Amino acid sequence: MADITADVVAIIAKKLPPDKRNLQMTDRLDEIGIDSLMGVELMFDLEEKFDIQIPFNANDAKMEFETVGEVVEAIKKITGKS
Amino acid sequence: MAQRVVVTGWGVLSSIGHDAGTYWDNLKRGVSGIAPAVTIPTDQLTQKVVAEVKDYDPLKHFDERAAAPMDRVAQFGVIAAREAIAHSGLTFDGALSEQTATIIGCGVGGQSTQDENYRRLYGDKAKRLHPLTIPKLMVNAPASQISMTCGLRGPAFVVASACASATHAIGLAFHMVRSGSVPVAVTGGAEACIAFGTMKGWEALRVLAPDTCRPFSRDRKGLVIGEGAAVIVIESLEHAQKRSANILGEIAGFGMSADAGDLLSPDAGGMLRAINGALADGGLTASDIQYVNAHGTGTTANDQTETDALKRAFGAHAGKLAMSSNKSMIGHALGAAGALELVATLMTAKDGIAPPTINYLGPDPACDIDCVPNEARDMKVDAALSNSFAFGGLNAVLAVKRFT
Repeated sequence: MADITADVVAIIAKKLPPDKRNLQMTDRLDEIGIDSLMGVELMFDLEEKFDIQIPFNANDAKMEFETVGEVVEAIKKITGKS
Repeated sequence: MAQRVVVTGWGVLSSIGHDAGTYWDNLKRGVSGIAPAVTIPTDQLTQKVVAEVKDYDPLKHFDERAAAPMDRVAQFGVIAAREAIAHSGLTFDGALSEQTATIIGCGVGGQSTQDENYRRLYGDKAKRLHPLTIPKLMVNAPASQISMTCGLRGPAFVVASACASATHAIGLAFHMVRSGSVPVAVTGGAEACIAFGTMKGWEALRVLAPDTCRPFSRDRKGLVIGEGAAVIVIESLEHAQKRSANILGEIAGFGMSADAGDLLSPDAGGMLRAINGALADGGLTASDIQYVNAHGTGTTANDQTETDALKRAFGAHAGKLAMSSNKSMIGHALGAAGALELVATLMTAKDGIAPPTINYLGPDPACDIDCVPNEARDMKVDAALSNSFAFGGLNAVLAVKRFT
């Protein structure tokens, strides 16, 4: 079935310029250029793709996911798939 | 010659009071208007708290025929305008009717009309919509309905700049009266956008608080959407004195700016230019100001950026400022917010009482200006600012003075 990792990475990569889409699991979202609005758009894209609800409030002091790998893990947890 | 511009009437419809007096009493007491929504279904909302105008019955204010062509937002505006005009003691027959401007801020117009009609169309597959759909949802409706119901025949329009709409509207009206273009203006803001579709849009931005609004506090979780209207009557000092009007306060300066940067993230530089603009326009220096009615939305970004802008504008004097956010009690009434908050600022200067910022849990080091936490404070206020900073980077700041 769906490879969650590949799908999540593809969705994140699509937010970035073509020459910056080669992502590593350890890449930090803020360092690869995902700003706050892009982060909110990313949550929307992921919710739409996997038909899930991601609890995310832009006002929380600590982001629950700071790296590409943490987003992948969060989505795996919510969908119960891998 | 530039005229001094004074306020001679105010009217308020808010989540903590259906008239200006009740609103002010509840602001001083720290009463919260924030609660789970009752005017819309909440089962599909993840954030369910809002600051609604409670127990609102249009038929207490209008007969059925008069209420029908107005969305909730225009009704709010008319109710606040009627109260303000009655308070001012002005009557608008004869020449004054044609010389009075009506300038109202409104962010988004008749959202419940739009939401309800789209639901009928897309959801119920309705074959037709009611002919009043467009006149009810148009964003200029509050100004049109105020001009019609109150007989104001001078310049009239709505200003739309999201969360800064009412501050921009009042600022323009102030400049028109100051320049002598009109002797009197009826100005303020109205908003009523607690509609299901609009709330889902806000939810998608991930900036809404799940619990309540805690501006400048640690552990704040975002903003809470509110609604309401506030309208003031302003006139040249000469016009007011000639008729021995009761003068409530003075509008002294107005500054505005655009960030021309990020769509949503606030910018201290843009805020600073609007603050400095208002001070310069009013012939004020930073040390003249004792109180700031903050934009204070309760989002992480706004509150720390606004604090930064105030510290840059006021320097060492920032340590002596008191600042509070009415949004802790009335939520963010968007296009009406600037008017509700300007009225509160005028009342603060007039009565010498700063309303509190409620729901305050403790300090956030990034927000280190005294925000009058949880309890109102007696303080002499000669001059104050009221800040409004909108999504889209549009900033507006008004300066007021206690009338002496």
